[in-house]
Amino acid sequence: MAADSDWRPVCDIEQLQARAMLLAEIRRFFAQRGVMEVETPLLSQAIGTDPSLAFFKTDYLFGKHPRSLYLQTSPEFAMKRLLAAGSGSVYQMCKAFRNGESGRLHNPEFTLLEWYRTGFTLQDLMTEVCQLLQSLAGGQTAFQHIERVSYQAIFQRFTGLDPLVMELDQYQQFALANRLPDAVTVCGEDHSVWLDYVFSFIVQPQLGDNGITLVYDYPVIHSSLARISVQNPLVTERFEVFVQGVELANGYYELADEAEQNARFEKEQAIREHNGQPVGPKDQLLLAALASGLPDCCGVALGIDRLLMILNNSDSLEEVIAFPIGHA
Amino acid sequence: MATFSTNEFKAGMKIMLDTDPCSIIENEFVKPGKGQAFNRVKIRNLKTGRVIERTFKSGETVEAADVVDIETQYLYTDGEFWHFMEPDSFEQYQADNNAVADSIKWLKEQDVCTMTLWNGAPLSVMPPNFVELKVTETDPGLKGDTSGGGGKPATLETGAVVRVPLFIQIDEMIKVDTRSGEYVSRVKE
Repeated sequence: MAADSDWRPVCDIEQLQARAMLLAEIRRFFAQRGVMEVETPLLSQAIGTDPSLAFFKTDYLFGKHPRSLYLQTSPEFAMKRLLAAGSGSVYQMCKAFRNGESGRLHNPEFTLLEWYRTGFTLQDLMTEVCQLLQSLAGGQTAFQHIERVSYQAIFQRFTGLDPLVMELDQYQQFALANRLPDAVTVCGEDHSVWLDYVFSFIVQPQLGDNGITLVYDYPVIHSSLARISVQNPLVTERFEVFVQGVELANGYYELADEAEQNARFEKEQAIREHNGQPVGPKDQLLLAALASGLPDCCGVALGIDRLLMILNNSDSLEEVIAFPIGHA
Repeated sequence: MATFSTNEFKAGMKIMLDTDPCSIIENEFVKPGKGQAFNRVKIRNLKTGRVIERTFKSGETVEAADVVDIETQYLYTDGEFWHFMEPDSFEQYQADNNAVADSIKWLKEQDVCTMTLWNGAPLSVMPPNFVELKVTETDPGLKGDTSGGGGKPATLETGAVVRVPLFIQIDEMIKVDTRSGEYVSRVKE
């Protein structure tokens, strides 16, 4: 039953002011750099296939032919269609939707800043992410120091394990020695789950302790929509940004090959089918856009709510969102 | 058999873990942006009272524990078992030493307490947070000392021993906090 005060926002009004100022600062940052703000549909006929993301499906009433539309887990596909149509560098701030994600650092509906830079290398984009964060942080010490480190190096530094080569007995020994015996059953023989487990519980909490940590060259099993590195086929051209142990952003050197994209869609759809997860239609319009030619570009998505949380020294998204899912 | 998905986890939920009934104390959802999501939970084993941490893959299901709390009245002990009754249904339960554990030292016959049932059988007994009991044995009090400093042991009518201020006398009623086992106050008649 609703209590009398349940209509009130969960966060302070000052947090809403901080958010409004942050959004204005972000717009100023991109305006100065000539990056165009765009809007793309939150509801689309297709949806990402990533098995680790659950989507919301809606019914669109369209005369005698009702259609399914999907709330987008990120605006990526539509923004790439703009890039393929010659938009040049673009950014967007919008809601993204991920079903079932709720917790201290998750809300199923959240605000994403996503931007694409044509002609940028991944290292260029990493530099721009840091420039943006530091300009928004206005000298906060939490954002002053910058470290760039490969996934393999940071993984080895904190665990002694090689993330690119799966030596099951070494992973198991590590888990037992670090009082994580349940990792052995939870992860089984799945290299990808082992990496997620060890990274999430051992490595990540230590990242960005005294600044911004950028981790690049992700193992190829975690490639998603990034390109495979030309120099090292075991890694992918992807980076993530961490501050105070919180994952803030995820960037790619964008995959532009239509056939490769189609193959990844189908592989992920098969995995979803195998897992008993709902399978949405793959985005034919994105594939057509890639076929017509995506300019060489890098893109990154940054969680605005988490950034606000860190800038405010909060522990939970609830402290910076007016109406989180339990109050929506 | 009832099950819960990790998505439903919340504090207070009762689940089965390694054949023991457990209660979730804390649930944290941990998920890399692209990758496997986990639920890391802090759990109390309701049989042993021990608190442990466990990690689940999100979306996994676990068996629900058939655990309920009921109000019961303590009737008597036959030396081996302690007998309780649910006042509304007159249903009787016999609890063993493991179930009553330390709680029984705060209960006298007719007292009402909370009993946790697992699959219909007593798992544990929880006394009220505060009980009022009579002092049956303690050293003679010191006249005029009302400071409460120092203190002395006193045996209560249920057999429990608590530290009380020096002015407390035999046959007086005192209020005790059962969670800390500490004296709270004298009870005015």
